[in-house]
Amino acid sequence: MVSLKTDIGSISLEKPGIVASGIMDETGPSMVRMIESGAGAVVTKSVGLEPNAGHANPCFTEVTGGYVNAMGLPNPGIELFREEMEVAVPKGRIVGSIYGAGPDDFSRLAGRMEDYGACAVELNLSCPHAKGYGMEVGTDPAMVKAIVSAVKSAVSIPVWAKLTPNTHILGDIGMAVQDAGGDAVVAINTLKAMVICPEIGKPLLSNKFGGLSGAAVKPVGVRAVYDLRTVLDIPIIGVGGIENWRDAAEYIMAGACAFQVGSAIGTVGTDVFARINEGLSAFMEEYGYSSIADMTGVAHD
Amino acid sequence: MTDVVTIKEVVQECYDTKTFRFDWDADARPGQFIMVWIPGTDEIPMSISGIDGMEKSITVKAIGEATRRLHEFKAGDRLRIRGPYGNGYDLSRGELLIIGGGVGTASIMPAVTASGADTIIAARTHNDVILDGVAAEHARNLWIATDDGSRGFHGNAVQLMRGKVAERHYDCVIACGPEVMLWFTYQACKELGIDCQLSLERYMKCGAGVCGCCVMDDSRVCRDGPVFDMEKLAKLTEFGKSNRDACGRTVKFR
Ligand SMILES: Cc1cc2nc3c(=O)[nH]c(=O)nc-3n(C[C@H](O)[C@H](O)[C@H](O)COP(=O)(O)OP(=O)(O)OC[C@H]3O[C@@H](n4cnc5c(N)ncnc54)[C@H](O)[C@@H]3O)c2cc1C
Ligand SMILES: Cc1cc2nc3c(=O)[nH]c(=O)nc-3n(C[C@H](O)[C@H](O)[C@H](O)COP(=O)(O)O)c2cc1C
Ligand code: FES
Repeated sequence: MVSLKTDIGSISLEKPGIVASGIMDETGPSMVRMIESGAGAVVTKSVGLEPNAGHANPCFTEVTGGYVNAMGLPNPGIELFREEMEVAVPKGRIVGSIYGAGPDDFSRLAGRMEDYGACAVELNLSCPHAKGYGMEVGTDPAMVKAIVSAVKSAVSIPVWAKLTPNTHILGDIGMAVQDAGGDAVVAINTLKAMVICPEIGKPLLSNKFGGLSGAAVKPVGVRAVYDLRTVLDIPIIGVGGIENWRDAAEYIMAGACAFQVGSAIGTVGTDVFARINEGLSAFMEEYGYSSIADMTGVAHD
Repeated sequence: MTDVVTIKEVVQECYDTKTFRFDWDADARPGQFIMVWIPGTDEIPMSISGIDGMEKSITVKAIGEATRRLHEFKAGDRLRIRGPYGNGYDLSRGELLIIGGGVGTASIMPAVTASGADTIIAARTHNDVILDGVAAEHARNLWIATDDGSRGFHGNAVQLMRGKVAERHYDCVIACGPEVMLWFTYQACKELGIDCQLSLERYMKCGAGVCGCCVMDDSRVCRDGPVFDMEKLAKLTEFGKSNRDACGRTVKFR
């Protein structure tokens, strides 16, 4: 009998697939829907201290192999997000994603997510298109270390750090998370990108730049996880372009103990988790892997 | 699918509403919509108001910055659009009664031309009635209702619908219009025991079911809708009561 059960440090999930931040996780009922459709957990939309409308439209478009978006972290703010958590938390494992400008913001937000019943917090250190947030704080190892340390001392639930691929010092940043006591890293967020419409002669997105996600980024994500596995001891959660069980298996074999799915909830549909779970079980059965842990990191010699 | 199309023709439907026709090689179903980019201002959702083979159209009411700017577009100008999005209407549910309220008439028009079903167009005054020419050509019967009685039936869409349902047999009502109108249409259909398919509106960013900003309860209006039937409407606690702003905060209607 194969088991899809997996452990991310102290957190145990019945299924290894998690809803990535920003897709079907803005409201309580939509998070519940994703749990019911086969996700092992849901990461919330990244929430900040104050309500934020995000960037003006256009902030999204399809491109070959995925999407480019510059949503700009729209969210109702941590105060109102309590209502959504009250609906979602009783139905499954909810990871609170948060963003802020520095250690104080992150600590306050993490504390609130813990109060709301989140099973872990995920620090968004990686959004490529929010001024003063995300990637701008997440590419400086000293800053990353300060934020993770501050949050670790502010909460007792596990602290995950979501990393950007838009850097040549990914390993250093991963180490900064580990040194600061971070419980897991999540890789990757979107790749900084741009779309220009030739007929109009202008960048499409109101923010000009956005983040590429979907099938096109998968090889980048798999490489990032593989690289991080060679330097880190803490658990790694793989994300980027996963659409089916083979994609998920790649990430696991690169060294991830769990994975997240975002864009494929759009390109494949909300049943993507059920399909991946089924495919992964069948593959594990046929190839003799009895657990996710058995498969984790096998691509390393 | 993203595309750049060239406007072939602009038709003034009434004092504040224009139809823009263009060729677009995409399969679109009645009730679907597109996202239209107006460079320098905004990108906004627009129902497909006409589907005639390659030729498609949108019908736009000028109410704010982006729609007013769009009204300045002329034949020969180009638009970047993406879509088609949404589920569309199911035209196979027996005898249909199709209702358009205000600019919502744009959304139901492809359903009228495809099915030829009985149609009601409702508007505030005779000056606000749009697309009645197209409907008259295709609908078996066309009835007009105006709030002030300046044309056709004196009263609102739901009152006229009740009258027609009492006279003839319908299996399903299809409607698009302001949410209050849809709310009362839903109540009436429940009471009369008729199925319905209502096209709802919410603030949209991606249009593709990804960003989550248009959700009502657990349903994405852009992807699981915009058309919802009786069974789904019954589960939407936010229908007729509240929507969400660009931050995702709940805003009550009344
Ligand atoms: C699925 C769908 C189909 C639509 N079809 C049509 C149509 O066929 N014809 C038509 O005239 N109008 C249609 N609309 C409404 C149209 O999108 C808005 O009227 C338009 O966006 C207003 O833009 P504005 O800049 O002129 O006005 P603004 O001054 O910016 O806004 C006025 C109001 O328009 C609405 N609005 C603005 N931006 C958006 C957005 N991104 N998503 C949803 N609502 C928005 C809001 O309620 C806002 O309060 C449709 C809306 C949806 C959701
Ligand atoms: C529309 C959209 C919104 C997103 N919002 C967030 C967010 O709020 N916080 C975050 O950490 N990542 C966000 N992401 C990034 C995803 O969580 C994920 O890291 C990325 O899309 C790669 O995974 P995918 O290819 O499976 O989508 C967003 C992605 C998309 C497409
Ligand atoms: S507009 Fe993005 S999910 Fe509907």
